Amino acid sequence: MAQIAFTINGQPKSLELDPATRLLWVIRDTLGLTGTKYSCGMSLCGSCTVHKDGEAIRSCTTPVSAVAGSEITTIEGLSADLSHPLQRAWIEEEVSQCGYCQPGQIMIAAALLAKKRRPSDRDIDTTMSRALCRCGTYQRIRRAIHRAAREV
Amino acid sequence: MTAKTTISRGDFLKVSTAAGTGLALAFHLPLLDKLTAAQALDGFEPNVWVSIDTSGTVAITMHRSELGQKVWTTLPMILAEELEADWSRVQVKQGHFNPAYGGQSTGGSASVRTSYDKLRRAGATAREMLITAAAQTWDVDRSSCRAENGAVIHDPTNRKLSYGELVETAARLPVPEEVSLKDPKDFKIIGKSMKSLNAASMVDGSALFGTDFKLPGMLTAVVFRCPVFGGKVASYDDSGARAVPGVRHVTQISSGVAVVADDTWSALQGREALKVTWDEGPNASLSSEDISRTLADAAQSEGTAQREEGDAQAALDGAAKKLDAVYEVPYLDHATMEPLNCTARMGNGSCEIWVSTQNPGEAHEAAMEITGLSAEAIKVHTLLSGGGFGRRLADDFVRDAVEVAKVLDVPVKVIRTRDENIQHGLYRPASYHHIQGGLDRKGQPVAWIHHVSGPADSSFSVSADSPNYGIDMAYAIPNVYVDMTTSDIPVPTGPWRSVANTQIAFVNESFIDELAHAAGKDPYEFRRTLIKEAHPRLLGVLDLAAEKAGWGKRRRGRYQGIAVHGCFRSYAALVAEVSVNRRGEIKVHKMVCAIDCGTVINPDGVKSQVEGGIVLALTAALHGAITLKNGRVQQSNFHNYKLLTMREMPVVEAHILPSNEPPTGVGEPPVPPTPPALTNAIFAATGKRIRRLPVDTGELKRG
Repeated sequence: MAQIAFTINGQPKSLELDPATRLLWVIRDTLGLTGTKYSCGMSLCGSCTVHKDGEAIRSCTTPVSAVAGSEITTIEGLSADLSHPLQRAWIEEEVSQCGYCQPGQIMIAAALLAKKRRPSDRDIDTTMSRALCRCGTYQRIRRAIHRAAREV
Repeated sequence: MTAKTTISRGDFLKVSTAAGTGLALAFHLPLLDKLTAAQALDGFEPNVWVSIDTSGTVAITMHRSELGQKVWTTLPMILAEELEADWSRVQVKQGHFNPAYGGQSTGGSASVRTSYDKLRRAGATAREMLITAAAQTWDVDRSSCRAENGAVIHDPTNRKLSYGELVETAARLPVPEEVSLKDPKDFKIIGKSMKSLNAASMVDGSALFGTDFKLPGMLTAVVFRCPVFGGKVASYDDSGARAVPGVRHVTQISSGVAVVADDTWSALQGREALKVTWDEGPNASLSSEDISRTLADAAQSEGTAQREEGDAQAALDGAAKKLDAVYEVPYLDHATMEPLNCTARMGNGSCEIWVSTQNPGEAHEAAMEITGLSAEAIKVHTLLSGGGFGRRLADDFVRDAVEVAKVLDVPVKVIRTRDENIQHGLYRPASYHHIQGGLDRKGQPVAWIHHVSGPADSSFSVSADSPNYGIDMAYAIPNVYVDMTTSDIPVPTGPWRSVANTQIAFVNESFIDELAHAAGKDPYEFRRTLIKEAHPRLLGVLDLAAEKAGWGKRRRGRYQGIAVHGCFRSYAALVAEVSVNRRGEIKVHKMVCAIDCGTVINPDGVKSQVEGGIVLALTAALHGAITLKNGRVQQSNFHNYKLLTMREMPVVEAHILPSNEPPTGVGEPPVPPTPPALTNAIFAATGKRIRRLPVDTGELKRG
């Protein structure tokens, strides 16, 4: 067990836990933020994506010890009021079907937009191919990212 | 023009007349014809109801499960239309399962089809009561009043009362026995693309799925399962597991050994440390090769006739040109993004279940069987499902949770890891098809003999009588014989989005393409001339897809393939546009779909289902296979059970054929014609006929 401190959605936390615990389970089980999803557990699908100091990371394989001293943002912290351009674009384009993978998709897209204000289709393909959606919403995800980019 | 409809007594029940609570109407879907007024008053528990409170908020409680198919939006739209509701004031909630009325399963692309009339009548009933309430308030003839956008208006005196202001009066009125339904030409909501009522919750993390559900004092469990189907626990040593901090219990249940802990991570660590010796049973050496051989051998023997017209063998013997082919498709997993899971709590002679399910009735029955409790003592709460595709119609994941809760007497959530989801599935059955066809001298097909060989499974039926099965032979071929043999194969199977239509449409729509090419005819024109007169809607979608895709006007280096199929009372045609490079790599550029699903409630919802169906089916055709070796499923996660990615995503166009027919299925019909449209396009590009899925790109290499 170890004492590990980090900030999540602007809130400082200091937790005593097994440092090998994957960040995903700390976020979901310990902190009760269930917007970040479990799906593959092997960094293969992207459903668990959160931001560590602004970078998109897979929380399902990240030991909590690796985020000590970092600022973590989850889908709940992306905006307080659905005001992030991607959230608005996602609603406008009716992207979500079952919705389970969408928090991860949005967090990956948000990190992309933060780096590249006007991503091309190729940028989107490259970055978003790391996130799987079984409902087949990819076409709308692409449209929503372009829409959000226009609004930024 | 409006149509009058008579409501039988007891269809609707006014459930609230207390002051200050507004108007609430309750009813049950499917419609209970024999429900008497006495039954209605004596413990009638509706599964759908609509309430309008004094603020004017319309709350609709639904009995169907939301899996991503948008029933939580589409079904309320139907009711809101007739109610003349203000859509911005409509809310939706999930209803509880009620054991008195049997199953409430969400499947068979049936939610809209089976609820359409009843929801319209429910909305119209509430609307008429509100109009009467306004007429009484103003002391005017009710025929001079009309409802619009959440209010009743009296045009002669330019007065208006909102529904919120009228519900108290309306709640004291008797429920009318006859109401008028709107003329479809006056629809304002039905036929418009409405925003999903739960769209915001999907993008801020607030949507509550089964995996997100939590109870006070709840523990989390994972189960160690025998990797071989039918295997059992011989013995286990839980000393290591129990030593893991956070692990509270280790207990054997029917499906394996459950490790129960304070949190998921501890449970996973506990399972890692658990030692189990398995009795692998008789299936320990089963392989995919064995299964293929079993199905191929079975195909040699006479099967049960499914369709017999003319004398197919004689016609084939006398045909000018004969074709003979074998098609094979593999097992497929559903691979829902949300892993299977269930939360259960036992205590004080009751059992409560919270689960992402397509079938709360099945969950309820399983809990009765395991707990021995009465139907009334068990409550099932349906939560949002992160995908279903048929997998959540089963109860195996419910059984895990109820068994653990029963043994330990603690609230517990049992969650499956991805490898368990993939390796303990209820798979789309593998099948083997021997098909023969004959053409006369003019290139007209005269004989069609199709022998289907598959595992014995109720979800794998190619009978024309099967309720979920579609049009098995859409083409006017004078001599047809279809038969089927089934083999007992110890791989668990179950319904997978569009069930047996996936196998049959692939084989039929590939082989008709083979016949077209053998006859030297255009595959689209060949189909056109052969579609039976009895299927004009099938022809309609075929023509629309060809027109929208610009059939025959392909771009340089790109090739087209076409396929059409009807199922779940709807019709869908696909044109695929692909290119294949010298290394055999396939690029799917475009998939153009035309669908006829009768009256369309939510056009954008239909389009999203078409997009989803095509992606699921392309995934299957390009990547999907569950294979076995040494009795074990060889795939374990998304690296070896691949899903289509953004990079592979074609442009998908969905074109809806306008129709005034009753609404029919949307979730499943786009799936079956997708793989054959793709492989027919690959044939056009390479001359290589794909008869085995998934596509082996190695076979497409040139030079």
